[in-house]
Amino acid sequence: MTDRDHTEAKIRDLIDPFNKKGAEISGSTRFAQDLEWDSLTVMDFVASVEDEFDILISMNRAAEIETVDQLIDAVRQLVSER
Amino acid sequence: MTDLFSKFDELIALREGLLSSGVTDPFNLVMEKVESPTVAICNGRRTILLGTYNYMGMTFDPDVIAAGKKALDEFGSGTTGSRVLNGTYVGHRAVEDALKDFYAMDHAMVFSTGYQANLGIISTIAGKDDYIILDIDSHASIYDGCAMGNAQIVPFRHNDVEALEKRLKRVPQGAGKLVVLEGVYSMLGDIAPLKEMIAVSKANGAMVLVDEAHSMGFIGENGRGVAEAQGVMDDVDFIIGTFSKSVGTVGGFCVSNHPKFEILRLVCRPYVFTASLPPSVVATAATSIRKLMDSADKRAHLWENSKRLHAGLRQLGFKLGTDEPQSAIIAVIMPDLETGAAMWEALLKEGLYVNLARPPATPAGMTLLRCSLCAEHSSDQVEEILGMFAAAGRATGCI
Repeated sequence: MTDRDHTEAKIRDLIDPFNKKGAEISGSTRFAQDLEWDSLTVMDFVASVEDEFDILISMNRAAEIETVDQLIDAVRQLVSER
Repeated sequence: MTDLFSKFDELIALREGLLSSGVTDPFNLVMEKVESPTVAICNGRRTILLGTYNYMGMTFDPDVIAAGKKALDEFGSGTTGSRVLNGTYVGHRAVEDALKDFYAMDHAMVFSTGYQANLGIISTIAGKDDYIILDIDSHASIYDGCAMGNAQIVPFRHNDVEALEKRLKRVPQGAGKLVVLEGVYSMLGDIAPLKEMIAVSKANGAMVLVDEAHSMGFIGENGRGVAEAQGVMDDVDFIIGTFSKSVGTVGGFCVSNHPKFEILRLVCRPYVFTASLPPSVVATAATSIRKLMDSADKRAHLWENSKRLHAGLRQLGFKLGTDEPQSAIIAVIMPDLETGAAMWEALLKEGLYVNLARPPATPAGMTLLRCSLCAEHSSDQVEEILGMFAAAGRATGCI
């Protein structure tokens, strides 16, 4: 398992409790459109990602993240900067 | 050509759908006459006001009115100038002095509105590489100030001390940190655990700004707000407030003990690039602020009103925003917008005005009937209000 796979697996686990629709998750899944998350769900999910990886994802940064792949990349970058 | 207004189509449809049911437009009410801080004429009907921010009932205070009239006569209707050019009159200095006395702080800076006070102070002190850690339920003026300054915005769950602390600890070393809190959150009327939040903010090297718009004049022994009530005034770096609530006119301000505070007058764009408040407004504000210092009796009566309304509404079976009354705002939670609008209209027909609040202003997508009490509401009026809620609630099936 590569580092990226490892991050992806963790993120998929974190998405699970918020995936109320039981939608199929792929790298191109969009949080707002495909999972239909509202702003409160997004905040709770971001908080769980922050806690898991011990990073800070500012609203400015979060606004640029639309898909699962983009989140994985952002998390990996933030972890490396830590 | 792309119609730039097409982005509003969803809202236009929502609004048309609501109004087509025949309900009165809750966002288009006109007050034809205002008799007192608590009574106005709306649609020809005498209406008790329970949706204003006139917490201390200062709008018709004879001393306040007299000060405004005198300033209008002596200084004219407006300044037609910026505070840093020709727009600072003796009255502007006098109201800043009144604020310094009221808060026992070294510096006070008056803006033309409360919105501009948050916009100006936050955008000026926190720039691109600074971090603003703020409660997710913060007022629009706070978010707009963060965006204007281009700071890194980090929200935390409402009133969650642990969530705030975790985020503070993760801010990159050496970055500037500003924690933004509110004393009273105006949608549900709940207060912040400022004592704990300010302690973790200070322990992690952050400056703290507290917006006390909805607590000034009422909460705390001297009416300085929730920070005073919780004994942490000395640890707050900036207090933001407004003249459009307890003070009873319009305007905004920031008070601080920061030794370099005065430089903000030259670098804060929402302070510099707008006209200053009219002389009559600053005169009414200064008079009102000085009177609020000695208003312990009114504060006590307002607490009585808040407690009675909260207990009465709960007894009637309404779901409220807080378990205990924490401020002068009592929020009644409605199941949905349609029921909320129907209840709002039924109350208006009974002769009671409350604020209908809906997303995005409200947290968690709630529709609220927000009641805000005034120190000038008599105990009899509060009983009358409860009678109206009972009648309207039964008529609309809310209770």
